[in-house]
Amino acid sequence: MSLLQTLLLVAFALLIRLVFPGKIRSWVILAVSIVAIYWLQPALPIRQLDFWFPTATLGIVFLSWGLTAEKNAIRDCENLKTMGFTFSIVMLISLTRYVSIEGIITASRPPKVFNIALVFFIFSGLTVLLVQHLNTKKSFIVFGIFLILCIFLILKNPLLSIFSSSQLRFLFSQNPTLAKKTDLGWLGFSYLSFRIIHVLVDRLHGRLKDIKLGEYLIFTIFYPSFLAGPLDRMQRFRRGFNQLNPITSEDTFQNLARLSRGLFRKFILADALAVFSISSINATQVKSSGWLWVITIAYSFQLFLDFAGYTDIAIAAGGFLGFNLPENFNRPYLQSNLTQFWNRWHISLTQWIRAYFFNPLTRYLRRNSRIHVIIVILITQVSTMIVIGLWHGISLNFFIWGIWHGFGLFIHNRWSNTFGLRIKTLGEKQQGLQPFIHASGLLLTFFYTSIGWVWFSLPEADLAWQTLLRLFGKG
Amino acid sequence: MITEDKDINYNQFIKNTMIKGLSLFIILNFMFSFVPKGGNIGGISLYNRVFPGRARLPFGENPRNAYNLSLYDLATMFASHEINAGPKPDEEYRVILIGDSATWGILLEPEDTIGGIINSNNLKSCDGRKVYTYNLAYPSMSLLKDLMILEIALTYDPDLIIWPITLESFPVQNQIQTPLAANNPHIVEPLIDRFELSVTDYLSDINHPSFWDLTLVGRRRTIFDALQHQFYGVLWAATGIDQTYPINYTPAQQDFLEDDTMFHGWSSPILPVEKLCVDIIKAGHILANGIPILLVNEPILISKGKNSEIRYNYFYPRWAYDHYRTLIQNQAQHSGWHYVDLWDVIPVAQFTNSAVHFTPQGAFLYYQQLEQPLKEFLCQ
Repeated sequence: MSLLQTLLLVAFALLIRLVFPGKIRSWVILAVSIVAIYWLQPALPIRQLDFWFPTATLGIVFLSWGLTAEKNAIRDCENLKTMGFTFSIVMLISLTRYVSIEGIITASRPPKVFNIALVFFIFSGLTVLLVQHLNTKKSFIVFGIFLILCIFLILKNPLLSIFSSSQLRFLFSQNPTLAKKTDLGWLGFSYLSFRIIHVLVDRLHGRLKDIKLGEYLIFTIFYPSFLAGPLDRMQRFRRGFNQLNPITSEDTFQNLARLSRGLFRKFILADALAVFSISSINATQVKSSGWLWVITIAYSFQLFLDFAGYTDIAIAAGGFLGFNLPENFNRPYLQSNLTQFWNRWHISLTQWIRAYFFNPLTRYLRRNSRIHVIIVILITQVSTMIVIGLWHGISLNFFIWGIWHGFGLFIHNRWSNTFGLRIKTLGEKQQGLQPFIHASGLLLTFFYTSIGWVWFSLPEADLAWQTLLRLFGKG
Repeated sequence: MITEDKDINYNQFIKNTMIKGLSLFIILNFMFSFVPKGGNIGGISLYNRVFPGRARLPFGENPRNAYNLSLYDLATMFASHEINAGPKPDEEYRVILIGDSATWGILLEPEDTIGGIINSNNLKSCDGRKVYTYNLAYPSMSLLKDLMILEIALTYDPDLIIWPITLESFPVQNQIQTPLAANNPHIVEPLIDRFELSVTDYLSDINHPSFWDLTLVGRRRTIFDALQHQFYGVLWAATGIDQTYPINYTPAQQDFLEDDTMFHGWSSPILPVEKLCVDIIKAGHILANGIPILLVNEPILISKGKNSEIRYNYFYPRWAYDHYRTLIQNQAQHSGWHYVDLWDVIPVAQFTNSAVHFTPQGAFLYYQQLEQPLKEFLCQ
């Protein structure tokens, strides 16, 4: 997202807060969010895909709501109104095809209005069918989760992406041999899928009450957090949704301060560091391991400042709209061990994974197997980190990055179990040692995560391995 | 009541912050407009302090991969060059190279440029000083641009100036077109006035900044570029790369149309001498004030393709280039300039993506021919 886009969206948030009181505000937020997912979707080489992806986002949200909604929910006037309202906004966007040959809101000229209306009616019809005529939804919810994971797999795996792209190119009468993994750049799908899965799972287990289509739509495509999180939970989000508090100067001040920090972090510090952070190109060109460390560490800070900056902006924009989005970062590089680091890095994602993967897996292994507890810890921590790695992209480098952190967490777990108490006692007895112990832990954690970023930043595993060797003066 | 008080305080605080911020912004903008273009600010640099100085003046059309970008602020450009590392060492015989992209070294690594090759040959002057060449060429064909660079380069106390030239740098209409000249009126205009250069018909090509262009907001691009240039210093230091080296490039054109005989709208048999800026070369000699200048007619591609009997290459029809060579030769003799004509020393196979860009082997052949004339200066 460019600076201009960011500022415009934040300005919209402020405007909405100032101009639209109470109930109308949620309609305006919904409208802006729908427009935003079309507007932010970058141009794609496959014809009109940059329009169909946001449309599919809405379709998936509709269908997943249909899976979880109570019977007859469709007869609720508000849900019907939301459906009609969404349709109207999408139709308005599609009408821009008559204003310009190129896209105005969308990256390219929208498809024919009739086609869009047809697709929308299919999604809506299916949603109505799911709500009204599906008696036992459990297996359908599981199937829905499976489908979302399949789409996720296709988008995140380079081989599947290229294969799917070639099929789509064939369908749209384009040259299939030109298919690239970047062809399927579906904006925001990583976050969207996890939000939907969370709602589906929580509805399945009865942890979430019935949701209205409007609040569900806003929750899933809420524009401040659509692109880069934070990954909120419905239970938390709807509290904000139901209590759109009047604006106070204190809120405004805090959000402005947060926004300034976010803009500074993202567009000044992170973008400056991005100039010389490690990349596939410069990793092979750097002449000495000393400079390789410099660009690797630059990447560590760039990634943090970029992501934390976006989070600040999202939280500020959410705040302007009256929503209190969760924190995502809390001084991760100032932590003295890897466990603390992961409690403070991309907090909303790690909490999500903990809730929907780590905890269920741990419970399952402890209940249903005779595996030693230490092995259970190893399996759960490594597999959890692999899942986090694969969420970023289903490829070898992210897999190895996950293993790197999984083993790191396991080693820290064993270390603190064996020596933690002794070290703590030693630190308490000899106060002078305390800062040294803390600094050592901090440096070790920072360098451990920085080395891990090599796998994260370089998509080719071979190159990442060579780079790691060179970092230590080999290769 | 407490909330209300708090609200009032925050309201006041936001209002004060806004007013103060806006006022500071306006004042800063206004004050910045008094900072002269190319002033000392441009000289603040991390190069030669934190990072090694660059071997060539910054130029880059693909900054992300070249770790280099084109700037128009000569102060910033010179500040990042290795010539700005410090005072000239006593044991150094300082040679300065100015010129165009051929001398800058498009597609050549710094050590493969003509300057780099001179340095690797460990030449010494008769008084025992080590010859070190500074590549101050810049990729655009304009003698006026060379003169601007020469004026600044002279402040670095050179012992010899090597000035490779080619016909394409001479036409009067080419002089100010180059962005480096067009965007530095404070350097170009005094030179034009002082030497009464024959470019007066093209003065409208010079960009004169308005008041708003001089404010902080107006100069945001220049400031941003200068900052970015500093950040690229990390990768320059780490990689030694300052341009992209594509494996595949379009080779220089060798086939031409049969009626393609014009040069800048001029036709055979003679060039309009008054439209060629020979006066800039004269100005350069006056500016050098006794510091020897070695003028070199740089090598060009002599094509062997279709209709090559009428054109040497993309730039030059044969008649124009032949006339130019005679013209410069005569002028050099008449004015007592040190001049060597190396136009045909590189075979066609050693040219790369342009009729004046060559391979490392080509550069070496060029050096071999240049070495003797260069050595003649080392004992003067």
